[in-house]
Amino acid sequence: MSTPLTLSAQHLTLFRGRRCVIEDVSLELRRGEVLGLLGHNGAGKSTTLQMLAGALLPTSGHVEVCDFDLSRQADLGKACLGFLPEHPPLYRDMTVHNFLVFAARLHRVSAAQLPEFLALAKQRCGLSEVGDKLIGTLSKGYQQRVGIAQAIIHQPAVVILDEPTVGLDPTQIRDIRNLIRELGNSSSVILSTHLLNEVESLCDRALILQNGKVIFNDTLAEMHRYNDIESSFIRLTAMQAEGVAP
Amino acid sequence: MIRLIASKEFRCLFASPSTWWMLALLQFIFAWFFLARVDDYLLVQAQLAQSGNAPGATISIAAPLANVLSIVLMMLIPLFTMRLIAEERRNQTWILLSTAPISSLHIVLGKFLGLLALLSLIIVVCGLMMCAIAFGTHVDVGLIASNVLGVWLLAASYAALGLYFSALTRQPIVAAFGALAVSLGLWMLEMSSGMVRVLSPTVHFQALNSGLINSSDLVYFGLFIGAFLGLTIHHIRRERGGAR
Repeated sequence: MSTPLTLSAQHLTLFRGRRCVIEDVSLELRRGEVLGLLGHNGAGKSTTLQMLAGALLPTSGHVEVCDFDLSRQADLGKACLGFLPEHPPLYRDMTVHNFLVFAARLHRVSAAQLPEFLALAKQRCGLSEVGDKLIGTLSKGYQQRVGIAQAIIHQPAVVILDEPTVGLDPTQIRDIRNLIRELGNSSSVILSTHLLNEVESLCDRALILQNGKVIFNDTLAEMHRYNDIESSFIRLTAMQAEGVAP
Repeated sequence: MIRLIASKEFRCLFASPSTWWMLALLQFIFAWFFLARVDDYLLVQAQLAQSGNAPGATISIAAPLANVLSIVLMMLIPLFTMRLIAEERRNQTWILLSTAPISSLHIVLGKFLGLLALLSLIIVVCGLMMCAIAFGTHVDVGLIASNVLGVWLLAASYAALGLYFSALTRQPIVAAFGALAVSLGLWMLEMSSGMVRVLSPTVHFQALNSGLINSSDLVYFGLFIGAFLGLTIHHIRRERGGAR
C-alpha cells in the first residue's frame, strides 16, 4: 500500500503487578483506514487504546504516531492524536463553547485557525445550538458528542474513539457513524465497540482481543469467510478460550 | 500554555458556588476579627498613651489580623489544591491534560499560578481592610506591606505543598488531609527548639509579621515553593512518561 502509516504500535506489553494485562499487541494503521477493535468485556480494549493515546505507559514496546515516538517526542506525537476515552473527559462547570476552545488551545490550534476549527467541530457533532449550555446540564448523548468534538477539534491525523456510540439514541448513532465515515476519508480512525454491525458498516479492518492478546487482525473480507461477522466473532473467541488455534 | 491552564483554573474556581461561599465567609471572619481588634485597641489606647514607647495601631491591629489570615489559609488551601489534580483524576478529566501535547512543567505551573491568582485576591482584599485603619489614625504602610508579602509567600508555600499531595493520589480527601497534616506538623515545629525549627514556614513568617524583611526568609520561601513544585513536576512527568 502506498498510503503513509499514521499509527504504529510494536509489541505493546503491560504488566499490572505480576499480572500481564496486555501481551505483545502490535498494530498498524494507514491514512484513511478505519480499524475496529473488538473483544469481550475485560479483554483489554480500553487499556490498549489508552496506551495508543499516550495516557498509559506500556511496560515494554512503543507507539509511533505520524513517525513521532510517543515516549521520546511525546509533544509532537500527541499533537497528531485525538482521543475519546471511555468516560469523556468533560469539565461539568464549563460551557460547551469554552470547553472546546480550551481543548483546541491545549492541542495547539492557533488563534487564527480557532474559529474555523471550532465551527467545523460543532457542526460535525451537532453542537451548534448548545454552545452556551453548561456541560453538566447536558444529556448523556450530548455529553458524548462533546467528548467526540473534543477529540476531533484539532483535526488530528489519528482519531482514537473508545466506544463512541454508547448511550446515544438511534438517530444520534446514525449521525456519529456518518461522522466516523467522514473522518475516515481524511484521517485514520480506531474505535472500540461491542456492536458487530458497527464494525461491519464502518471498518476496513478488525482486530479482536482476548485476554490481552490479539487473536485476529485482518480485513473484514477475511472475517466474512466464515459466514456472517457475528458467527465468526463467536467462533474465534470460543476457539481461543478452548485453546485451539483458529 | 501556562497562561491557558492558569486562566482556565482561575475561571473554573470562580464558576463554582463553593468558592464564592468560602470567599464571603472569609471576609466575614476577617471583618469580625478586625473590628474586635479595633475595639480592644480603643479600650487600652488611653493607658498605652501614658507609657513611653507604646505600640502603634498598625502593629496592634494589622499584624494579628495577618496572623489569623495565615492560619485560616493554611487550613483552606488544601481544599483548593485537592481539586487541582486529585479531583481531576477522579472525575476522569485528567486524561485530557495527560494526552495533550503539553509538558508537565506547564501543567503544574499553570495550575499553581491559577490558584495563586485567587489567593492573591483574598490577600489583597484583606490588605485593603488593614489599610482601613488609615481613616482613624496614621498607618505604618511598610508594616502592612511586609505582612501582605509574608502572608502571600506563606500561601504560595502551602499551595505548592498541597499541589504535591494532590499529584500523589486520586482521592481528593486524601490529598487535602495529607497537605493539612504536613502543614500542621510544620506549624508544630515552630514550638520545638533547636535546628528543626528553621524548617517551619511559620517561623519565617514571624519576622515578616513584625515588619522585618530578611533575605534569608525570602530565600527559604523560594526554596520551599521551588522544592515542592519540582517534586510535583517530577512526579507528573514520571507518571506521564517520556522525556518531558
